[in-house]
Amino acid sequence: MTTATSGDPIAAPQDQPLIVGGKTLASRLIVGTGKYKDYAQMQQALDASGASVVTVAVRRERLIDADGKSMLDYLDTDKYTILPNTAGCFTADDAVRVARLGREILDQLDNDGKDWVKLEVLNDKKTLLPDPVGTLEATKTLVADGFKVLCYTSDDPVMAAKLKDAGAASVMPAGSPIGSGQGVLNPNAITIILETLKDGDADYPVILDAGVGTASDVTVAMELGADGVLLNTGIAHAQDPVVMAHAMRHALDAGRLSYRAGRIPKKLYATASSPWDGVISYIPGE
Amino acid sequence: MKLTINGQPQDVDAERVDTLLEALGMAGQSVAVELNQDVVPKRQHASTPLKDGDVLELVTLVGGG
Repeated sequence: MTTATSGDPIAAPQDQPLIVGGKTLASRLIVGTGKYKDYAQMQQALDASGASVVTVAVRRERLIDADGKSMLDYLDTDKYTILPNTAGCFTADDAVRVARLGREILDQLDNDGKDWVKLEVLNDKKTLLPDPVGTLEATKTLVADGFKVLCYTSDDPVMAAKLKDAGAASVMPAGSPIGSGQGVLNPNAITIILETLKDGDADYPVILDAGVGTASDVTVAMELGADGVLLNTGIAHAQDPVVMAHAMRHALDAGRLSYRAGRIPKKLYATASSPWDGVISYIPGE
Repeated sequence: MKLTINGQPQDVDAERVDTLLEALGMAGQSVAVELNQDVVPKRQHASTPLKDGDVLELVTLVGGG
């Protein structure tokens, strides 16, 4: 994998790929498949994002009035690793049931994501904040059942460490509430999570999940040192989702390169870029 | 056969999971079956009998984040 984007005059140095649960991901961007105007638009946006892993939800099949159109008719399951979520679950038990149902469908499709789950155990519909107790309980059960658990959580560093200890393949702290578009509200908390989870385990994957509103939010997360970003609404509800998907892909590359390059420290006062030596003018204070 | 399917009471003439899916027009689709809160893998559909009062969830994948 390369972080170079088409049109670069000089290709950027090769990056290490992101490995989650033993699988190498072709992109550090994971995108959702929800909320698109139609499946054709979803297809184009997924393509433009460059993502190789896409999230889906598990829902009841409609018993009547099925219009015959299934998302799976539009999603190339040979091309994408499908990551089923447990969105809409408010108890550990329900999340475990939904994870197992998702695994059964992906097993039928023989998709790479069949042992993966994006675990969400929510507290309430208004905030969509995770229930930390239920999330931890479900993580333990699913890990024992052989799942690779990619775990949605808040930006609480204590909880993040407990989820890693419970065996989560990746801890995925929220930048801000799901679908809120507020970006990374507490970069210090994300930094503490990264430092804590990667202490002595630099390759442990931490993926920022939720809250991305625009491309710069992705860049901020990657500059902090996140290994990847998971988002849905920021693309799907943009005025032009396909163009925004391109923007997100570039933003991720920019943030990743910036993190690898190592930014300059922030300083209170200015530092001139041009030399003082040989200045012909009067300098105040000298 | 009185079953509860996806939360709705249904009276369906089906003795097994595979014949239920056929009766509902879902044979051959990507559907996961949960019977009384346990997943029934596809390879067991034809060997899993149904009885009155069974509670089933029939689910598929939809767009999500």
